Amino acid sequence: MSILIDGNTKVITQGLTGDAGKFHTLQAKAYGTHTVGGVTPGKGGQEVDGIPVFDSVREAVDATGATASVVYVPAPFTADAICEAADAGIGLVVAITEGVPVLDMTRVRDYLDGSNTRLVGPNCPGVITPVTEDSGCKIGIMPAYIHKPGNVGIVSRSGTLTYEAVWQVTSVGLGQTTCVGIGGDPVNGTNFIDVLSLFQDDSATEGIIMIGEIGGTAEEEAADFIQSNVTKPVVGFIAGATAPPGKRMGHAGAIISGGKGTAKDKKAAMAAAGVHVVDTPSVMGERIKAVLG
Amino acid sequence: MNVHEYQAKQLFAQAGIPVPRGIPADTPEDAAKAFNELGAPMSVVKAQIHAGGRGKAGGVKLCRSADEAREAAAGMLGKPLVTHQTGPEGRIVRKVYVEAGSDIERELYVAIAVDRGSFAPVMMASAEGGMDIEELAEERPEAICRERIHPGHGLQGFQLRRLAKHLGWSGATAKAGTKVLAGLARVFNSLDCSLAEINPLIVTKGGDVIALDAKINFDSNALFRHKELLEFRDLNEEDPKEVEASKFDLNYIALDGTIGCMVNGAGLAMSTMDVIQLKGGSPANFLDVGGGANEEQVKNAFKIILSDPNVQGVLINIFGGIMKCDTIAEGVIAAAKDVELSVPLVVRLEGTNVEKGRALLEQSGVALETATSLDEAAEKIVKMTS
Repeated sequence: MSILIDGNTKVITQGLTGDAGKFHTLQAKAYGTHTVGGVTPGKGGQEVDGIPVFDSVREAVDATGATASVVYVPAPFTADAICEAADAGIGLVVAITEGVPVLDMTRVRDYLDGSNTRLVGPNCPGVITPVTEDSGCKIGIMPAYIHKPGNVGIVSRSGTLTYEAVWQVTSVGLGQTTCVGIGGDPVNGTNFIDVLSLFQDDSATEGIIMIGEIGGTAEEEAADFIQSNVTKPVVGFIAGATAPPGKRMGHAGAIISGGKGTAKDKKAAMAAAGVHVVDTPSVMGERIKAVLG
Repeated sequence: MNVHEYQAKQLFAQAGIPVPRGIPADTPEDAAKAFNELGAPMSVVKAQIHAGGRGKAGGVKLCRSADEAREAAAGMLGKPLVTHQTGPEGRIVRKVYVEAGSDIERELYVAIAVDRGSFAPVMMASAEGGMDIEELAEERPEAICRERIHPGHGLQGFQLRRLAKHLGWSGATAKAGTKVLAGLARVFNSLDCSLAEINPLIVTKGGDVIALDAKINFDSNALFRHKELLEFRDLNEEDPKEVEASKFDLNYIALDGTIGCMVNGAGLAMSTMDVIQLKGGSPANFLDVGGGANEEQVKNAFKIILSDPNVQGVLINIFGGIMKCDTIAEGVIAAAKDVELSVPLVVRLEGTNVEKGRALLEQSGVALETATSLDEAAEKIVKMTS
C-alpha cells in the first residue's frame, strides 16, 4: 500500500515540451511511471519520445484516462495550469515549479475549494511511491534510485533534505511507502496534516519522518494533530535553528517574522506531542530504525 | 523587494490614499530648499533606509525652519543610522524625505499581509497606532480587527464598515477612512505586495485620514508583471554579495560567522548551518546553489563565499540527485584551482555516482578533506578552522 499514488497511477505532464518537463518525465518513465501523455497548448498532436502531447488537459484526460498531473510550466503560468487540471477533473496535481507569486496561489486555493482535486506544491520535489527495488511511480524531480519499497512514510517542506532522509532510510535497510514533498511556499496545496492523516490510515506505513522548516505555524499545527490523531511513531526534524530573524532562507516560506516560526518553538511543540525530534538531520534514518525496533 | 517610504507614498498617492506633501532630498541644501518649497510652519526630515524604528533612533526630526531642516539632514546624510532592525552596523542614510507636518489627533494602525492559515491576504487594523503591532497581537489580540480579503472578490463593503467601527470612525471620517482602507487593498492586490503597512495612519484635527508612514514589500516572484517597480530597487540597501549572487541564480545570505557553506537546496542549506553550530562553529552564510547546480555556479558560489574576509574555511555539502556527484566533484576541483583556494575545504558528497565523485576529489591534488555524513563534515571543518 501507499498514499496518493501507486504503481497503477496514470500521469500526464503539463509542460512536457519544455526542458525540465521533458527531462523529468523521461526519468519518471524510465523508473516505471505510467506517463500517458503531456499537455502544451498549441503543440497537440506532437510526441515526445513516444508520449503523446495534447493541447489541453481535458483532451489529455479524455484520451488517456489520466488521474494525476505534474506541472512544470513556468511560474507565470503555473496557477492557470493547476486550475486547468482541476477543471478537467484530475484528482492529484503535483506542481514542481518554483517562484509562483503568492497571490496567484491564494486564487488557486480559492479555485480548488470544493473541488475533488488535491494539489501538492508548488515549489516541491513531488511525490514518489517505490513499488519494487528499482521501479515505481515517480511524479517529480527526486532521484529515483535512492528509494526502496518499505514501511516508512516521509513528508517534508524541503527538497534535498528529503533526499537525505530517504537515503538514510534506505541505507539503514528500511524503505519508504510514499514520500511527499509539500514544498516551501507560504501558500500551498497539501499540508503536513493532510499527509500525516493519509499515512496514519495507510496500513503499510509503520513509521513517519516529518521534516519541517522555520517560518509559519504548520509544524505546530501538525504537532497538535499528531498528539490527538497519529498513533504511529513520528521522527521529526526542523531546519533553520541558526537562521536569523527577518531573512528569507531560500524558500519563500522560510522566514522568522516577529519572533514567530522559530525552529526552537517548532521542536518544542513536536516533542510535546510525542514526536522523536532529532537535532541533526544526519540521524533521521538511524532514529526511525531504532523507533521501529 | 523593499522600497523606501517616499517611494511607497508615491504609490499610495497614485491609489488615492492621502499622504502629506513631501520632497526627497539628497543634500542638506536640498533639504533646506524642500522646507521652503513646502512652505509649512513645521516639516519633518525623515531618513530613508529600508528599516523600521527610525524615529527612536534619531532618524526623524521635526524642523521649524529651513536652517533646522538643513542641520537635521546634515546630521543624517552619509552617516549610518542604527535602529533595532538594522543590526549594530546600521545603514548609511543616502536620502532624506522632507515632509509637511500634520495636525495629529489620533494615530491608528492598518496593514495587509498574506495569512498562511486562511490562504488569503488579511487586513489588520488597530486603534493603537505607533505601537509595535507584534507586541499588541501578543498582549491584546482583541485590539486588532482582522478581515480576510477574498482572493477573488476582494474586500467587501460590510468588512470596511466593520473596520471603520473598530477604528472609531463615524461621519465624514468614516467615509474618508474607508476610502483609504479600500485603496490599500487595491495597492496590495494590484502590485502583488507581500506587506503593505501604514503605521501610523492618522486622523487630523480637521477629520482627514492620512498615511503618515508607508511601508511596502513586494513579492519578488511577481515582479515579472510589475517591471515599473524595478526602478524603485535600491541596491545600496542590499548586501553587495547577495546582489552578486542573485546575478548567478544563487541564493545567498550573509551571516556573521567564519565557516562558508555551499549547499544545494534551501532546507539542506539551513540544516548545514545548524549542524555547523551544533558542532561548535558558526556559519558565515546561507548559500543554496539550487537543485541542479553546475560547474559554473559552483565556481561563482566559491568566489562569493571567499570574498567575505571573515571566512576561515569552507564546507561544501551536496546531495547529488539529478546532478551527479562526479559532475559536482569536477566543478569543485576546477573552481578550487581557479580561485586559488587558501582556506581549509571540506567536501561532503552523497547521492548519484558518489564513489566516482569521491575518487575524483581524492585524486585531484586539491587540498581538501572529504566526509561521508553531514555530521562528520561539520566536525572536520570546525576542527580545521578553530
